[in-house]
This record gives sequence, structure tokens and C-alpha cells, in this order.
Amino acid sequence: MATRITIDPVTRIEGHLRVDCEVTNGRVNNAWASGQMWRGLELILKGRDPREAWIYAQRICGVCTTVHAIASVRSVENALKMEIPLNAQYIRNMLIAAHAIQDHIVHFYHLSALDWVDVTSALQADPRKAASLAQSLSSWHLNSVQELTQTQERLKSFVDGGQLGIFANGYWGHPAMKLSPEVNLLACTHYLQALEVQRRANMIISILGSKTPHIQNLAVGGVANPINNDSPSTLSMERLYYVKTLIDELGDFINNVYLPDVCAIGGFYSDWTGYGAGVMNYLSVPEFPLDTKGTAFELPGGYIPNGDISQFRAIKDFQDEYFSKAVSESVKHSWYKGEADLHPWKGETEPNYTDFQDNGKYSWVKAPTFNGAPAQVGPLANVLCLYAAGHLPTRKYADKALSMVSSIAGKPVRIAALHSTIGRHAARAIRAAVLCETLNKQWQLLIDNIGKGDITTFNKPEFPNGEVSGVGIHEAPRGVLSHWIVIADKKIKNYQCVVPSTWNSSPRNSNDKPGPYEASLIGTPIAVADRPLEVLRTVHSFDPCLACAIHLVDKESRGIVTVKTS
Amino acid sequence: MNVLVLGIGNLLLQDEGAGVRVVEELEKRYEIPECVELLDGGTSGIELLQYIRGRDALILVDVVRSGEACGTITRYDGDDVPALFQSKISPHQLGISDLLATARLLDSLPKQIILFGIEPKSMDTGLELSPEIAAQIPGLAECIAQELQNLGIALELR
Repeated sequence: MATRITIDPVTRIEGHLRVDCEVTNGRVNNAWASGQMWRGLELILKGRDPREAWIYAQRICGVCTTVHAIASVRSVENALKMEIPLNAQYIRNMLIAAHAIQDHIVHFYHLSALDWVDVTSALQADPRKAASLAQSLSSWHLNSVQELTQTQERLKSFVDGGQLGIFANGYWGHPAMKLSPEVNLLACTHYLQALEVQRRANMIISILGSKTPHIQNLAVGGVANPINNDSPSTLSMERLYYVKTLIDELGDFINNVYLPDVCAIGGFYSDWTGYGAGVMNYLSVPEFPLDTKGTAFELPGGYIPNGDISQFRAIKDFQDEYFSKAVSESVKHSWYKGEADLHPWKGETEPNYTDFQDNGKYSWVKAPTFNGAPAQVGPLANVLCLYAAGHLPTRKYADKALSMVSSIAGKPVRIAALHSTIGRHAARAIRAAVLCETLNKQWQLLIDNIGKGDITTFNKPEFPNGEVSGVGIHEAPRGVLSHWIVIADKKIKNYQCVVPSTWNSSPRNSNDKPGPYEASLIGTPIAVADRPLEVLRTVHSFDPCLACAIHLVDKESRGIVTVKTS
Repeated sequence: MNVLVLGIGNLLLQDEGAGVRVVEELEKRYEIPECVELLDGGTSGIELLQYIRGRDALILVDVVRSGEACGTITRYDGDDVPALFQSKISPHQLGISDLLATARLLDSLPKQIILFGIEPKSMDTGLELSPEIAAQIPGLAECIAQELQNLGIALELR
């Protein structure tokens, strides 16, 4: 007999995602992912000046402000076929990398680690044993007995005070929690340290972007940062050297804490390399443009069908029609009017709400496809594409991570293990390490370019009469983001955002093929039906954020998590 | 005394953005002394941690669904504030609840926490506040100026 589990909402961050699973004999045999809000944010942009679209676009979501701003200016620049000054590319690239690093660290430690780490078990740990384990994994200076003991005392006073706060919703003592008390204590210690470290990445964004959480320095055609060594209020060498110290601190944490922690959790939970693969068509886009035209990139992107990296095909640049012509959206299972799959430039957002119909319409999220098929996006797609393209830093960190996991698991763990729930976490940590190298490199390129006497940061956009269209693509922390704009007589005629969580939380498409979340849940073991920790592990591994995936706000506020079995 | 006035909300969803509009109103109306920072927090959560640490007081401004008539201004303080964000009164419940809980975990929760809420009318897609809410923004800004006065900080009109 089948049991139906409904989790609503799934995330602790923006947006409302509902997941339904049918469980037979202790395993998920069918699943539905449903966006529970409708937002017509794109409608606000119609009729506006394209130069100001990014200011509104970065308000779509409180987590991904910077990424929407970047994709928006790129869409207009793409429509106008603009060149962007090198300094502007480098400054944007640094913002992109710093934001992604912050996002990856917060996702692992603060939004998903507690799916694997049991805080209450950490109270039973021996701090000495935990410290010696930590020192066998890395040389991080804050793995001392004293540091671990302090964390344990802090956790104790928290738990004894009855104020679990942020930890209140954890599945403590669940049979699927398998780490030793010492590993749990180590992870909790790094949880607290990561709160400090993520601030370093935010400081880089504040310095370059003039302000957080909403950056102020972008412009269609470049950035608004004046570069001047003589004025402290502009971007001076002094400030840039301070940014460098922040980058180094991030690198230290990623290499000595984040990557080893993910490898340790992956090694101890190596059975989770066998669950959660789902859709194995992987899509990512090139990122970190290195020239003014956006034709050369630090990180390549492309498409891998059926998990076969030998079939990788690159998306060459921002103009490549291999990407822009291949994307369309289906609404067969979404609460919108319309029949045929539409290209985003022709996209429509006319609501048609039914109720939740398992075989009909059941989500506010549209189903995007790449050449007619669903695709998984995100750090795993990005890392696999980079690996397939022979990107050396990615190969270095991926090989390092796999060898650490193998030694902890006591058996060889190969790249194919990345097609899994735990593999998505590993890929995110590998990507964070790659991004830190990229950030360093972009910093150096900026310094060198300013050294040559180039202080240009902005080219003025010229808008033609008549109609032009463009796409702004960006490899965001959660995967491929694209903003599609149609400009008619200097005003926005149509604007559609196809966001990473739309790809991943997609409902079934026109061919009734399930989206990545849905497909990834099939086969997941469920130990306790009314405590479906395993479902959360897999969905959280995608780093879901639905604020922007869904094209009005929920009319009625909901409880934190409700699980129904029937 | 070091105070953060944090306006929260989404400007694209009409009255949802009232908290941010109040912060803008304060900036327009008053000379802001060094010891007060006004921040448009949008709909961010944990990213705001760096702004709330080291503060003696935190004044939050947000829309709050308390069941009163739309435009009603409500004031909460102390432990009521984190407790309120644990319930369902604000659309930013999770982000702010996690933010406050994390600050508490790090011993960096300001000693005084005050929340000013305003009851929304419409949270549909749109940049304009509904007229009933727009009419209350100057009054809410004055309430915050008065609160700062009670904390010993007098704001001069521009």
C-alpha cells in the first residue's frame, strides 16, 4: 500500500515549494514538485526604460539580488550588441565570484548541513577526539580542543535554555543520522565559524558594489565605480588590497574546512552516492567573460546529455544560438493558459489555476526544456561541464575531493558518484574552491589593467528605434539564469526570467517527463514516513530558492513544515 | 548608543515594501546622526547579520498581519519580537526568524529590539503602495523618530 507524504514548504528560505511523494515498501515511487505562489514580477518591467530594469530585477529575491542584476544588464547589452570595458568585466566577475562563494558556504552549513549533522549528538562528543580527527583532515587553525570545547558549551547552554531557535526544526535522533558525536561536534563548530567567514565574502560585495544587500554599482554598459588612486571614496589600490586579504581568508576556509567537511560527510554517508541522481541532462553556461565582447571566458559551459561527459557540447559565448534557440517552456502541468511550448521571448504568463491534479496541472512553476528535454542545472552541472571541457582547476579540486572521500569511505569513489544527492554537495564545494581561484585571478587582472593606465568602466548604451531582443545569461550559484528581453522603441516590450530553480523544480513537461527534483526522489529510502528526512536531503541538495522561480504572493501564510501521510 | 533601523520588504509587491518605504521617508525627512544607520534590507535574511552585530538597539520595520484594520501601526519589543517572527505574522518570517536566532547563537543580538509593524492592504504585484498605507508612512516615520528620542537620540528635521 502506498503512503502519500506532503511537505509544504520544503525550504527555510524564500518561496514556497511543496513536494508530494508516494512511498511504497519504504521507498519513493512517485513524486511531484509544486511551486505554491504565483508572481508576475516580470509584468512590472513592461513599458520601462531597459537601463533601469536591473534595479527592479534585483528585488525579485532577497537571496539572489546580485545575480538578477547581472543577468538583467547583460540581457540589454546582448540586445544592443554592446562591448563592455575590461575593468567593468573584472569588477562584475569579482562580484559574481564573491556572491557565489558566500551562497555556497551558507547553503552547505546553514541551510542543509543539519540534514546530515545531529546537533544533540554533538553534546555527547569528546572534544579531544574530535580535535584529533579534525587535525587528520586539515591544518585549519581553529580546530583546537579549546575551540571545540567552547562550541560544545555554547550548544549546551542553548539546548539547556530550551531555546533551540535555528536548530528547532531538525530531525534529531532520526535513524538516518549516522555521524559520530565527534564528527557532529566538528561540523557544528564549523557551522559557527562559517557565519563569520561568509561575512568576508559579503564585505567584498559591499566594497565593489557600494552597498549590500542591493548593489548600486551596475549600469547597462559597465559599472559605475570610478577608479581613482587619489580619492578614498572611489575604488583605490588600498581598497583593492584589502579585498585581496578577504579573498585569501575565504580560500583558507574553503580549502581547509568546507571542502574537507563535505568530503568527510560524503565519506561517512557514501551510501548517498547511490541516491538522488534524477535528470542527468546537465546544462551550464560560460561565465567570467575575459574580453569586451563576451567571447572568451574563464569557466566554460555547455550541455551533457544522459550523464555522458564524452558527449559534452560547449556553449561558446553570450551570442551562441546553441543556447538561445534551444530553450522553451511548457505549461501543460502548470497553472497557466496556453498549449504549445513557447520560447522565452514569446513567453506568456496568463494564470489558469485549477487545484492540485496529480496527472494535470499542479504547479506555478513552468517546465523549461533544452531541445525538448528537462535539464538539471546548478554546481553539479557546472562542475561536470567544466570537467568535461578539461578545465584544469576543476580537475584538480574534483580529483582532490574524490581521493579524500575514497580514503574516508575506505573504497574507491569515482566521478560517477557525483550523480547523486551527496554529489551535489561535493560539486558545490569543488566549485567554491574553483571560484576562489577565479576570484584571485580576476583581482590580478583588474590590478594589472589599471596598472596599464586603463580606468574606463562604462560605455554609453545607444538604443535604436524599432525592435531588438537579447538574452542575459549567467551561471548563478543555483545554476543557469537567463533574462530574456524584447525592447521596442527604447522601452521594454517583454521580459521573462528563466531562473535556476525553475529548471530544477520543474513540473512534468509536455511529454510528461518529470523535472529534476521529481526524478531525483524516485527510489529514495524513507525510514519514518512522518519524518521524511531523506526527501529533504535530496531536495535541499539542489539549494532550492523559489522566490523568483514562480511567476503574487501567497494569499495565506502557512505553517513551517507539515507532513501528511494518508 | 548605536542603533540600526532596518526596513524589510519587497518593493515589487506593493504594501510588502512598506518597511523599506519608511526607511526612505526617514532619510528624506531627518538629518541622520552617525550613531544611527538606516538600512533597506529588502527580503534578505542571514546576509543582514553583519549589520545587526555590535548594535545597542535594533528597530525593525515590516508589514505585520495582526488582524487589525489596514494601515494600523503596531509596536512590539523585547522577547516578543523573535517570538512573533516564529509565528506567521510577517511574510519575511523565516528569513528574519533565522537571522535573530543566529544572532542569539553568536551572542550578538542587540539588547533592545523593537518592531514597528503596519497592517497591509494589498500585496499584489506593483511598485505603488495602496493609498491607505502610503498615507501612514510619514506617521510611522515619526513613531520611529520618537522611539529614537526615547533612546536618547534626537533627530533634526532636514
